[in-house]
Order: sequence, then structure tokens, then C-alpha cells
Amino acid sequence: MLDGAFVRARREKRLAFIPYVMVGDPDLETTEAVLLALSDAGADVIELGVPYSDPLADGPTIAAAGQRALRSATHLREVLALAWRCRERCAPIVLFTYYNPVYQFGVERFAREAAAAGIAGAIVPDVALDESVELRAALQAQGLAMPLLVAPSTPQQRAVRIADAATGFVYVVSRLGVTGAGYAPDFAPLHRQLASLREVTNKPLAVGFGVSRPQDVRNVGLLADAIVVGSALIDSYAGTRAQAAAARVRDFVAPLIAALPVS
Amino acid sequence: MRAPDSRGYFGDFGGRYVPEVLIAALDELERAMTAAFADPAFWAEYHATLRDFVGRPSPIYRCERYAADVSSVPLVMKREDTNHTGAHKINNTVGQALLALRMGKRRLLAETGAGQHGVATAAVGAKLGLPVDVYMGARDIERQALNVDVMQLLGAQVHAVTSGTQTLKDATNEAFRVWAGRVEDTFYVIGSVVGAHPYPFMVREFQKIIGIEARRQTLERYGRLPSDVIACVGGGSNAMGIFAGFVDDREVKLWGVEAGGKGVDGDEHAASLLAGSIGVLHGSRSYLLQSAEGQVRETHSISAGLDYPGVGPEHAFFKESGRATYVNITDAQAVEAFHGFARCEGILPALESAHAIAFARELAAQRGADDLILVNLSGRGDKDIGRC
Repeated sequence: MLDGAFVRARREKRLAFIPYVMVGDPDLETTEAVLLALSDAGADVIELGVPYSDPLADGPTIAAAGQRALRSATHLREVLALAWRCRERCAPIVLFTYYNPVYQFGVERFAREAAAAGIAGAIVPDVALDESVELRAALQAQGLAMPLLVAPSTPQQRAVRIADAATGFVYVVSRLGVTGAGYAPDFAPLHRQLASLREVTNKPLAVGFGVSRPQDVRNVGLLADAIVVGSALIDSYAGTRAQAAAARVRDFVAPLIAALPVS
Repeated sequence: MRAPDSRGYFGDFGGRYVPEVLIAALDELERAMTAAFADPAFWAEYHATLRDFVGRPSPIYRCERYAADVSSVPLVMKREDTNHTGAHKINNTVGQALLALRMGKRRLLAETGAGQHGVATAAVGAKLGLPVDVYMGARDIERQALNVDVMQLLGAQVHAVTSGTQTLKDATNEAFRVWAGRVEDTFYVIGSVVGAHPYPFMVREFQKIIGIEARRQTLERYGRLPSDVIACVGGGSNAMGIFAGFVDDREVKLWGVEAGGKGVDGDEHAASLLAGSIGVLHGSRSYLLQSAEGQVRETHSISAGLDYPGVGPEHAFFKESGRATYVNITDAQAVEAFHGFARCEGILPALESAHAIAFARELAAQRGADDLILVNLSGRGDKDIGRC
């Protein structure tokens, strides 16, 4: 499923657009409306955030969205159910989940039920390469991808090993720190990172963290295959619900999609 | 006593569950720590600083009155409350700050709950000329105003954390996040035997001085080892520090006392090992208090220093292996011990330490003159005046 999305973007000679949505923020009905709006607007893949009490890799926007989602009692089970409901009307889905909810759910069961819900893969930001063997094997056994992250602080040899182990795509973190629209990507080191990854892998390279404005999207450039936008998207519909939220999302993503680099 | 395996595991517990952005920093820390631990000059500076700045060795003290009505067992306190800044925390901050200097880091970053670790980091940072940023939950800032003033007097910047439960758990999250943005020039001084490898091991090695001294002092004074060693457990650094001196003495029973809050049968406690389950929090696999869905639960203890949903991975390993036994003491029992101990012995214990003292009195009733109970009196209680 993921491969198809990236192939289509490459055929259209543009970067793919991957929005991130926190499921259950502020309720499941809103998330469903937002998901469908994003798919209609041209999202190639959608990252579904699983709410977690202690999101170490996330800045204030996504952490607060997770708290709102937990108040509406959204957990992994509800996320899987929503993905299943939307599976035929929605772009391919990758979960973005911390490890502890998966561990409590059961790693094998998680892989099985995610596959059954039509999900394409899972990003687990607190499971880096070294701890990823068991989870990767479980996901692979069910045909699910496990993209891994490469950070600006990742040494080059390690980045090669990560790119080798990642499946689906390689998630390239655009700057030090956590998610959030407060700081723009660090473009010069990002471009060096992309160029060096490009030499060692054909897997799609998706750039995220701090990509929030059309100019950021343009500046990522053609060395990448996709951009991920999360916090700024969440901010765009904060305080609204359902169709009102969907309308805000359509307005927010249109200029981002228009800014996607095209070769 | 063993080091963790190459991936940072004590048995099934530990590891490194952190975002990729921190992995290189942890690798760098592990390399620097390994080199420092093998360098006698590093330890010489550590011990000299503990002697002159902290006031080590801390004494041991035999209680004459506190449990005399229930037992003839010698009840001996390891007096970590006599350390500079009033608790065991500074043993660790001295070690980590010296390591930070050796690594060329220019700033220190710390989380704090009750504020003791924040004060200990601020003091060492001031002494060594390293700026200190302390992250502290907004609720803890209200509960522990005195320590906030002390940190600021010592030149630290105290940042209020308003996310989540606004306590130690969220302060720790925030410290990790801030570190992720500043890994190049900043050293994160973790306050307990928690976090991703190599922190649980490194903090134990810096707190081991408690157990090494206590073992030597007990042998010198009483000509024998203790029958029982007792310490309170939140994250577990004072306990791991004193246990480390006795782990290889198989005949010495080790007791960790968790915060029973309003009772471990309900939800308002912080007894991760007794009432929790295995999971991942703050970078390592250990026991934690969590919901069926894997959300980390809010905890309760009258003692802010024990009010934490996780526990160090080596404690989880000791629980599974049976090397240590974990029990709990409720808020009410701790408060009773706080007052009773103050009046009988002329020492005001920290509420955290009062949990260990309360359990010592219970255990004393089952021990006799041939036994010897050693308790880690991990901190002094000035900070708790007016709270119980």
C-alpha cells in the first residue's frame, strides 16, 4: 500500500504529502471527518497518532492533542477501529504510536489486528534501531512496514544501518528536538543528510518535524520523497469539530500541497 | 554486583527506549562514562569533592529509643541527611557534573520532583561554573516552594512544567524533550536510577558510596554485617546505593519500601513494584503504574520524592530474582514515623526516609539482639515541615 503511494507521487514527479492526525482529538467523529477531508485533498499517506500519556518525542501541540484525545477515552483499540471504518475511503494509514501502548496490547496481537484493520505500517518513535528487532519482525510477518527515524545527530554509519532496516520509508527528522511548528527545519544539514541517504538507499525519504509552512515544504526540495506535517495541521483545526474542522483542514492543506516540490 | 549487559539490560529490564535523536548522545555518554570509570584520577576528584563539599563519609548512628519498646535489635541509621543539601542526591550530581566537565559540556539540565535533586544539581553547577536549567512540575513548584527559592539562590533557572500531571513524571518528559534540542552542548543530569542506558547503571555507581561506607562502618563498629538493610524506593537511587554495598553478601536481606499512599489496594499510591506491571517509561523497561491500555497513571504519595509511577530497572530485576523484597508503607504510617522518630531520636527525617523508618520499626518486632537493622536515612525533613 505504501509503495503504491510513493510510486504514484514519483510518477507525478512530485513529493508525497503525509499529514499527521491525533486520533480522538477532540473526538472520533472529528478525526473521521478530517481523515476523509485529507484523503480528498490529496494526502498520499496519513499518519494516525495514537494518544499516549508521555510522548517523549512530541512538542506541546501534539502532547496537548494527545491529552485531549485521552480525555475522550481514545486508545489503540479505538484507533484500529477507526482505521478499519475508514479503510476504503482513505489514503493508506501508518500509525504513529509510542511503544508502551503496543507492549500492553501485545506485540504480536498489535501486528495482527493492525493488519486486519487495513493499516500499512507503524512508526514507533521510542523504538530506535537497537530495540526494534522483535517489533519489526512481528510487523513484517503481517506485511506491515516499520519506518525508522534518522535524526540530525545520527552518525553516518548508523544512518546507513537504519536506512537498511527501515521498511516502507525512512523518516528523516529535519532538526534536533521534538515535533512542533515553533522551529523550522535546519535546511543545510538536512540537505546533506538527504544527499548522503540518497547514496545508500532507494527507499522513500520522508522529512518531518518543524515542516509547517508552504516555504518549508518548498525548501525541503527534491532530494526527499515526502514531507510530513503534524503540529501545524493540528493547530489549524484546534477548537473546532467535525465538518467545521474538515473545512479548516481543507483550507490549511491546499497551499501546502500546492507548494510540494515538482521536478 | 553486576553491570548491565551491553544493551543496558539487568535481566529483562532496562534498555534504551528513546527517540533516535538521543541515541548518539547516550552512546557518547556511555563511552565517556566507561573511560572515566577506568580512570583513577576521575574517582580521586569525585571522592575529594564528596569529602570537602558534601561532607562524606556520612556517619552511622544507632537509635537508642525509637524501636526500643518493641525490640532489642540494634537499629542503625546511615546518615545521608547530613550531606550538604540535605540528602543522598548530591553524591550523584557531583559524579555526573564532573563527567559533564570531562566531556566538555557547557550546561546542565535536570528534572526534579521534591526539588532535592534540583537543589543538588544547582549546588554542583554553581560550584563548577556550569549553568543549570531545572524542569519541575507546576504542582510540585507549589508544594515545594522552599526548594525553588534555594535553586534560584544557587543560580539555577527553574522552569515550570504545565503538561500532563504537572509532577515529576512530566518534568522528566520535558527534560528529555529539552535535551533532544540541545544534545550537543548540554548534559542531562538524571536524578535517579531510571532512564535509558547507561543512566540506571551510572547513577547506581555514583550512589554506591553509601553502601560501601555503610558496610565498612557496620563491620568496624559492630564486628558484623547487618541482618537487614532497608531503604525507601521511588525511582530507587538511595536504595540502590545502599543495596550495592551488600548485594554480594547473600545473608543480608534487602528491603525496598514503596509509597503506599492511601493504600495499595486503591489507586492513590506510588507502589510500582508491588502494584504495577511491566512496561516502558522514560527510556527503560521496568515496572510501572499504568492502565490496561498502557497509559501511565497518576500516582499519589504524601512524599513528593516517592510520587513517581516508574522505578529503576535494576529494582525490577531484584524483585524478579528475589534478591530484594519490596513492601509498602502508607502516608499515615510514614507521618507517624516522621513525628515519632523526631521525638525519640532528635532527628527530623525526610518524609521519603520516614517510609523506611516506619518499616524498620515493624521489622524490628521480628528481630532480636543478634540481628542488626541498617536503614538508609536518605534525607532530612526540613522541606516537609508544615506538610504533615
